[in-house]
Amino acid sequence: MQPMLSISGLGKTYAGGFEALKRVDLEIRRGEIFALLGPNGAGKTTLISIVCGLVNASGGEVLVDGYDIVGDYRKTRSIIGLVPQELTTETFETVWNTVSFTRGLFGLAPDPAHIEGVLKSLSLWDKKDERAINLSGGMKRRVLIAKALAHEPKLLFLDEPTAGVDVELRQDMWNVVRSLRDDGVTVILTTHYIEEAEQMADRVGVINHGELILVQDKSSLMLELGKKQLFLHLNDGIDRIPASLTDYELDLSDDGDELVYTYDTRSERTGITALLGDLQEAGITFNDLRTSQSSLEEIFVNLVKRPT
Amino acid sequence: MNLYGIRAIYVFEMARMKRTVVQSIVAPVLSTSLYFVIFGAAIGSRITEIDGVSYGSFIVPGLIMLALLTESISNASFGIYFPKFTGTIFEVLSAPVSWVEVLIGYVGAAATKSIIIGSIILATANLFVDVSIAHPVIMVLFLVLTSISFSLFGFILGIWADGWEKLTIVPILVVMPLTFLGGTFYSISMLPPAWQTVSLFNPVVYLVSGFRWSFYQNADVSVAVSLGMTLSFLVACLILVRWIFKTGYRLRT
Repeated sequence: MQPMLSISGLGKTYAGGFEALKRVDLEIRRGEIFALLGPNGAGKTTLISIVCGLVNASGGEVLVDGYDIVGDYRKTRSIIGLVPQELTTETFETVWNTVSFTRGLFGLAPDPAHIEGVLKSLSLWDKKDERAINLSGGMKRRVLIAKALAHEPKLLFLDEPTAGVDVELRQDMWNVVRSLRDDGVTVILTTHYIEEAEQMADRVGVINHGELILVQDKSSLMLELGKKQLFLHLNDGIDRIPASLTDYELDLSDDGDELVYTYDTRSERTGITALLGDLQEAGITFNDLRTSQSSLEEIFVNLVKRPT
Repeated sequence: MNLYGIRAIYVFEMARMKRTVVQSIVAPVLSTSLYFVIFGAAIGSRITEIDGVSYGSFIVPGLIMLALLTESISNASFGIYFPKFTGTIFEVLSAPVSWVEVLIGYVGAAATKSIIIGSIILATANLFVDVSIAHPVIMVLFLVLTSISFSLFGFILGIWADGWEKLTIVPILVVMPLTFLGGTFYSISMLPPAWQTVSLFNPVVYLVSGFRWSFYQNADVSVAVSLGMTLSFLVACLILVRWIFKTGYRLRT
């Protein structure tokens, strides 16, 4: 199936000489939720801005639904919805007018029923006659999402959509995103809340210093790169790890009450059975145990810390 | 063509005028009316006729031009600068609209406001002085062309400006002096010959002269030259706007 977004060799060097993107290649599948992660200044917003037509690329090609973003800009832009990072709303306009404005701007005939549906789904209906200037930050964020959905986009960009919003709005927002995915909308999001990517995304891309260093299914990424640890709470604390256990990747807590065994989930044998046997032989007993797996956040931090 | 897009921008901009009707319409009409009271009724009665026209009537076309120029520039520059300032311009730049459509929306709305203001001032002038229009079609042509040309100029100014100061500096330091020295309150034939020549480098002279001709058939320069200069200014602005959108100057990084 033709990808929803196809980026090849995309580069961007700003006038000052800063190379924000270095020959990025990326394909986004239809109907998926793709999380683009990266530290500040990694190139996330530049990439989104190029696809949306806000920044001119220095090189490369971008196809949206098979159409070129430069030659067929009318087609590609009418497909795309963008929720920007900044809270930029028309200060003196009402919510209803500003959302309706976007629909018209994107070339669609007025459809009050659609606008009403969008506003209701974002709990904005009772604010429809309020001016943007009177709205809270969270409400402004909802308005921006409503504007992006006003023209029924097939590809939605959410650039840091939950930055500075409360838990309730975040939940509302993700409910909207889930229902959009159910309707076949492709969603690309950037976020600093990695647990969101962990919860929401089908695939994850990590960008750093303008290079896409990884694109992978979230579940296989977590499986591949995720270390797992076994925590054993000892009946009697020990001073040091016995010599018979030095072959295992073991750490002892400072108070000597807990042994931490780190193992690879991919390997055929995790070594847990052997470890437990050797512990018994060494006379070490324990009264509790638990395991923990690396979060996407830890994986992400490890990836971007690698020398480039 | 994205007609819904054009309509959206146009309606949005016109709504801004409705919200700020006192500033947009009442203020320029009031200030121009004061000119009529002072120069037309009070001082004007002591000034002799110019080319057979009473002074109060003589200044009507010039004052309408003054309002058209300042209001076109101010409306159009603010219309595009404010979204740039607040950041909402991203939406227009990411929308499926061509530069021509963006221009029709923004400049069309600004020019419409100017035409409304010009028409109200013309109606108001009738309350203070005798006004006759010898060539109504040419008068409307100048009214429309000037409004569009200077709205275009204001649009360029709004894109160029990267601060509020720059937005006001050109109208105050360039446009206002050119307008006052462009024959709004006098015929340039009243100036010494050397200053008459200098005046011919002032584009506003051609606008005022042509516009005044459509009222009283008196002109400092030929009406064809006036029309030609206005059209040339319009085309020059269009070329500049096309370049701005093609290169993304101060719009796209």
